[in-house]
Amino acid sequence: MARKPATKAEKSALSNIPELSKDEELKAYRDMLLIRRFEEKAGQMYGMGLIGGFCHLYIGQEAVVTGITMASQKGDAQITGYRDHGHMLVMGLDPKRVMAELTGRQGGLSKGKGGSMHMFSNEHRFYGGNGIVGAQVSLGTGLAFAAKYRGDNSVSITYFGDGAANQGQVYESFNMAKLWNLPVVYIIENNRYAMGTSVERATAQQDFSKRGLSFNIQGEQVDGMDVRMVHDAARRAIDHVRDGKGPYILEMMTYRYRGHSMSDPAKYRSKDEVTTMRAEHDPIEQVKNRILEKRYGTEDSLKAIETEVRALVTEAADFATADTEPAPSELWTDIYADA
Amino acid sequence: MPNILMPALSPTMEEGKLSKWLVKVGDTVKPGDVLAEIETDKATMEVESVDSGKVTSILVPEGTEGVKVNTPIALVLDEGEAAPTAEAVKDPSPGADAPTSPPGGEVEQSAAAVTPLPGGRGPSEARGEGALPAAPATPAPHFIPAADPDLPAGVEMVEMTVRQALNEAMAEEMRRDEDVFVMGEEVAEYQGAYKITQGLLQEFGPQRVVDTPITEHGFAGIGVGAAFAGLRPIVEFMTWNFAMQAIDQIINSAAKQLYMSGGQVHAPIVFRGPNGVASRVGAQHSQDYSAWYSHVPGLYVVAPFSAADAKGLLKSAIRSNNPIVFLENEILYGSTGLVPKVDDFLLPIGKARLARAGKDVTIVSFSMGMRYATQATEKLVAAGVDVELIDLRTLRPMDSATVIESVKKTGRLVTVEEGWPQGGIGAELCARVVAEAFDYLDAPPTRVTGKDVPMPYAANLEKLALPNVDEVVAAVNAVTYRGG
Repeated sequence: MARKPATKAEKSALSNIPELSKDEELKAYRDMLLIRRFEEKAGQMYGMGLIGGFCHLYIGQEAVVTGITMASQKGDAQITGYRDHGHMLVMGLDPKRVMAELTGRQGGLSKGKGGSMHMFSNEHRFYGGNGIVGAQVSLGTGLAFAAKYRGDNSVSITYFGDGAANQGQVYESFNMAKLWNLPVVYIIENNRYAMGTSVERATAQQDFSKRGLSFNIQGEQVDGMDVRMVHDAARRAIDHVRDGKGPYILEMMTYRYRGHSMSDPAKYRSKDEVTTMRAEHDPIEQVKNRILEKRYGTEDSLKAIETEVRALVTEAADFATADTEPAPSELWTDIYADA
Repeated sequence: MPNILMPALSPTMEEGKLSKWLVKVGDTVKPGDVLAEIETDKATMEVESVDSGKVTSILVPEGTEGVKVNTPIALVLDEGEAAPTAEAVKDPSPGADAPTSPPGGEVEQSAAAVTPLPGGRGPSEARGEGALPAAPATPAPHFIPAADPDLPAGVEMVEMTVRQALNEAMAEEMRRDEDVFVMGEEVAEYQGAYKITQGLLQEFGPQRVVDTPITEHGFAGIGVGAAFAGLRPIVEFMTWNFAMQAIDQIINSAAKQLYMSGGQVHAPIVFRGPNGVASRVGAQHSQDYSAWYSHVPGLYVVAPFSAADAKGLLKSAIRSNNPIVFLENEILYGSTGLVPKVDDFLLPIGKARLARAGKDVTIVSFSMGMRYATQATEKLVAAGVDVELIDLRTLRPMDSATVIESVKKTGRLVTVEEGWPQGGIGAELCARVVAEAFDYLDAPPTRVTGKDVPMPYAANLEKLALPNVDEVVAAVNAVTYRGG
């Protein structure tokens, strides 16, 4: 593994780590914890048969969407692939409605008709939740096209994984994004495995931040397990594209603790690898330790946050379990718009 | 905290082996700790703790085979939490006090054992196995086509080509709505590979008439993304053959978006360009995609023949909040017709046009097929056959009501299309007519189609591969039992 996130010792050697304020650290802790606990609950509910089909958990990657969303503005559009629960939780969508979509109930964000991979919010400008690997890259570039067409100063934040980064349409999109200087930040969430295939086994140029070079798109690698680094890089990238300088690539070095989806036993990697990542790089533990070290909070105040988050997740799970399935008549709605 | 239940690790898992416990009674666990390993025929996976607490009992010993999904396997209690009764331990529901039914049916409970969910999983799984009682399927709401608008008396009719009609439609809609823009290969500086976008760059500028690189997959997706954000893109494919590169974005992203989002996110976009067989360009550039796209719920599919229909339907398509596949035909671009000169000539999507009323036989076609059908009709009428000719104009929603009404009168159906026979538009029309007008039929519904081969290049073979006027005449003679 050529590029692992920096260890604590390596980090302390760096002098210019961009620190977060007390409020930011506490918010990051709370948001990441919400994702973690929500996803753990989703995994449990999947095991109980309450969630069907595919269910891709974000556990381990929480710092990426948290840091980037902190750096974005209201009105910016976001789009991602199917590992999408965390994105919606961080942008403030109701955990009850996200969980109810996972269980396929009428109170779900898509009335139960989308499922884990297909959730959207016009209000938060979140465009999914896309199940086809790589498709969101062209779509996200289109969101940026609309932003530039309208001159509304918004940017498109387009997430995809190391697997999607090998799809052809990604490069078609890179080309047009730079050709037309569209305001899009491409976030490559490199969690090292495209389903069960490691980056080493799938990828000729393993430095994904360089994937834009032949289109003259600037890119950088970021420690995606450290929310401070994510936030700092995201601010830089978003400023760049909002200034009209065209697209920007951030490769987030991250890691998923769970399998690709719930039905993946993750036999393609060693237990040690997972254990080491959890022990040394866990994004939530990092924030927690800093909060305690800097006395931004105490064990008790962090426990209070944990209690609040657990209550939200329990409420979401209860709602998603008790809510009714969509009415049979919903089968025939939302196929066509009225006009 | 509730019991730890035997989890399902895949959509189809019903039971598994509890191969190993990694904790013992008395251990304190926190979220993420691995409690046990379970094995199915496919894989070994770990069971993680979701909450923190103390392991107070292990209910299923390691090495046990055939542990049903949702069976309690251990009990983990919060500190200070009292151990529940034996009865409650066996309750499979997530909240022990208020059991709730998962979708698909009641969870059966007994004192001795916990029965897993029917079919092991939710409703989709159960459906495949026929485990659910068959609920009466709600029928698809019947499509009711709108009528063409009445034209004002004495309206001036202007003769123009299909090409001009399409060009006018786009220009008028771009003048009307600034959110409408056109993108595609050679649409701007080159003035359109087939000159459909001629003059648009000069009138609307490069921001609204956008030349793309040769990159169908990418720009189709960019168009759909722009539509999600509220713009109204017209995406021109130089031909529909090249849109095969982009079909994922058309179907998976555009057509399904409204449904998948529970009605939230629209994709108001028109994909357009020449479809079907050109002339002597070989297999990869000569194909009719009518049936392909007409298969897809969420899309409207329009395939006009006349100049007036081309204009009125394209204008309606651009105004629609739905994704539209607009299938033109290269050979028809130069054909002329009369187009009413009114301010806003809009035709309803989904309404067939009665091209000729008759009583002996119903011929149904669309787009280029109408050329063969029209010429055959002229010959047949001259020979004394009173043909009723219907131009579908829109393939989805399909105005089968008009066709069925006609067949009830004539008792005979002949369909004409350039596409392949299997699963074609004609096949669909025949199925609908057989289902809804069977008793009225005096002859088997009959299709005239392109031959079931890739398009050959040689002039003689290409001619053989296409439908022709004589085949239409022969089909009508067959269904009317007239000697050829």
